[in-house]
Amino acid sequence: MSTTTASTILRLDADLPLDSGQALSGVEIAYETYGVLAPDRSNAILICHALTGDQYVASDHPVTGKPGWWIRMVGPGKPIDTDRFHVICANVIGSCMGSTGPASLASDGKPHAMRFPVITIRDMVRGLVALLDVLGIERLHSVVGGSMGGMQALSLAANFPERAERVLVIASTARHSAQNIAFHEVGRQAIMADPNWQDGNYYGTGRSPDNGLSVARMAAHITYLSEEGLTEKFGRRLQDREAKSFGFDADFQVESYLRYQGSGFTQRFDANSYLYITRAMDYFDLAEEHGGRLADAFAGSTARFCLVSFDSDWLYPTAESRHIVHALNAAGAPVSFVELSAPHGHDSFLLDVPALDRVVDGFLTGVQP
Amino acid sequence: MTAPVTWGLRPDLAVIAHRVTSGSRVLDIGCGHGDLMEVLETQKGCDARGIEIDPEQVEKCVARGLSVIQGDADRDLADYPDKAFDYTILSQTLQTAERPDRMLDELLRVGRQAFVSFPNFAHWRIRSALMFGGRMPVTRSMPISWYETKNIHNVTIGDFRELLAQKDVRVEDSWFFNKGREIGDPGANWRAEFAVFQISR
Repeated sequence: MSTTTASTILRLDADLPLDSGQALSGVEIAYETYGVLAPDRSNAILICHALTGDQYVASDHPVTGKPGWWIRMVGPGKPIDTDRFHVICANVIGSCMGSTGPASLASDGKPHAMRFPVITIRDMVRGLVALLDVLGIERLHSVVGGSMGGMQALSLAANFPERAERVLVIASTARHSAQNIAFHEVGRQAIMADPNWQDGNYYGTGRSPDNGLSVARMAAHITYLSEEGLTEKFGRRLQDREAKSFGFDADFQVESYLRYQGSGFTQRFDANSYLYITRAMDYFDLAEEHGGRLADAFAGSTARFCLVSFDSDWLYPTAESRHIVHALNAAGAPVSFVELSAPHGHDSFLLDVPALDRVVDGFLTGVQP
Repeated sequence: MTAPVTWGLRPDLAVIAHRVTSGSRVLDIGCGHGDLMEVLETQKGCDARGIEIDPEQVEKCVARGLSVIQGDADRDLADYPDKAFDYTILSQTLQTAERPDRMLDELLRVGRQAFVSFPNFAHWRIRSALMFGGRMPVTRSMPISWYETKNIHNVTIGDFRELLAQKDVRVEDSWFFNKGREIGDPGANWRAEFAVFQISR
């Protein structure tokens, strides 16, 4: 895990109030921008990243050296066209790529670790809005997010309704289901059961809970794919061998793939950040924040909404998007919704789905009637 | 007499576009790629919403800046509150509904008024195809073979009028078309390829 980042880091002057009742002082937010901000500041698009994402939406990751996580969507001439839009993407608070999180130093000069307050999706959004305030962007052309990024986009639309003209939510939900929470709990328990976790105080000890974090990533990764995609990619094929070993090595290709995904992840992500961010997602329930009725969350909104789901996504299935669409309809908000067909499961929002490109481009550039 | 502006719309849609009051709230069910919705929004300042089952058509609507929800009208209309719209529009879709009679009830529950357009199965070409050819007709107005058509409840102007009467639905106005041109009411059940009804309760 590394906290090196080439991003711009902004330090907030004021304390950031949190849903837990606590406040964070000296909050830093790391962000990247692409494209030129129009003189009237009307062309800013905020992209919200997913659970283990970061601000490197369209530039090389400083740790892994890999291209940005949405390089196929964001760039000159791409659906989110940086020749036309000023794109902002920030690392959420609680994370580990330059924004204040459990690995950052507290006022006593030691890492917060588990002393870091439990945060929510709305707290992350408060951090993003504070960034927009400093950047002088009063009203976004659009806020865009997939998965946890979609939760942030919805939360921004509900809690700061005047801040975005268009809200694009991809493969997301207005609340975490019991199944979602259950999968996250498996991941958290894997991390906390790792003896190297040391109650979260592993920083500087030379031992970090890589095995636990790796298992957490493996479990989560399965939920991002579809059965069809997994079968197509791996089937029951064996890895680098002709016969089963009758042992517990990675005999199957799918095992080897998951181990690779898990171990690669520990290079770039902080285990405590994983605990805090999954907790924030589990607490997310937009209706609950607004008196139990989801439509009321959008009562003050003047934004146009577009929701996209994928037919093979079983983590945030189409029914979750439809639930939001009904609430938006009931609130009288202009809303579009489309379920796209894609074989890659939840991960489809990051992968090559040309129909998604067309919807994103169309929604962002379509004429406002 | 000058020809009315059609905004490049199909004749039944042009009639509807003219009749819809400016600035009203409209739900276009089975909106296709949004031709009518776009005219209603740009020419008449309406708040137009659409439902469309085909994701590719929805994509096109989104790209045009229209608010369209992918869904199945047979099920999704139930989610809309009573009288949420000034008008509901069902163009060339009634004959594909699971239960056209229930669809009609939903149209007039969700909208204060409704426009319904459909191909007339009693048009003389269709009658003669059946009578003399003994085959399910493939005509200009119903161009798809019986085994692949989405029309599962073929309906005539006479049938539709009877259904409206049974349900105590008021006909506000009606229009009939042959070869893309409006024709009069007399003999419409024989002569019309398409019909448009404006109805209310």
